[in-house]
Amino acid sequence: MSTPMPVETEEPEQAVRVDRPWSTVVWNDPVNLMSYVTYVFQTYFGYPKKKAEKLMLEVHEDGKSTVSHGSREEMERDVQAMHEYGLWATMEKAE
Amino acid sequence: MTPGFERRRGGGAVATFTGFEADLLRSLASQLVELLRNEVAAPADSGDPLEQLLDFSGPTTEPDDPVLARLFPTAYPDDEEAAGEFRRFTEGALRDTKARSAVQIIDTLEEAGLPEELTEDGLVIDVELDPAEAGTWMRSFTDVRLALATRLGVEEGDEDYWLALPDDDPRTHVHDIYEWVGYLQETLVQSLMR
Repeated sequence: MSTPMPVETEEPEQAVRVDRPWSTVVWNDPVNLMSYVTYVFQTYFGYPKKKAEKLMLEVHEDGKSTVSHGSREEMERDVQAMHEYGLWATMEKAE
Repeated sequence: MTPGFERRRGGGAVATFTGFEADLLRSLASQLVELLRNEVAAPADSGDPLEQLLDFSGPTTEPDDPVLARLFPTAYPDDEEAAGEFRRFTEGALRDTKARSAVQIIDTLEEAGLPEELTEDGLVIDVELDPAEAGTWMRSFTDVRLALATRLGVEEGDEDYWLALPDDDPRTHVHDIYEWVGYLQETLVQSLMR
């Protein structure tokens, strides 16, 4: 009997990281409503309510949250969209 | 006073405003349009006359006005060149979108019966927004609130400070308006939440 080699589970993750080296970071601000931020994460990213709320709470409590990953072009689109919604978003490159 | 927005049958949101409230919303939206369109989004002075003549595509440096700086944040905090490029390609479009959204609020209120000059007492303005219009209003309320909060210097957890301000302080009045738009936005979000 064989068990799956650990490398099999690691490989896809690494592949994902190579393709998605950038991320969109949303920062806390004293103005935006918690409900609105959750709504934006649900509406724009299509995240389920639970995930949207978790990210919103990260923004609120930790000061920021990484809300999406992808290519540089994709993340520039996301950051621009967040600015359209009035959220304070920046680009971040994975180390 | 308006109880805010309610869910609309078939999606979107409805609200009833007094003439005074509708007039106030129009005035806030107009100020936003003026700010977005008036301060010229000029490209940075590169010092090279030829480059400057050819460079009409968009601004590359953060706007001087703190409200505009908040509405159009720097996307690459640690990379000035990339931040400039991003701004060049996005700020113009974002300004247009935000200005158009605020104009839509003004148009909807006027189509709903808000006269150019509010003279009549007891005027009632019924607003009905489909889901797309409701989304536009919600984003524009955000811009209005960001603008008011930036001018006021609102900070996290400073509620007691604003409550303690005397009634005759002009900031008290502006902060009340800021809170009121926040209340409207909250009811709008609740009307649209799945």
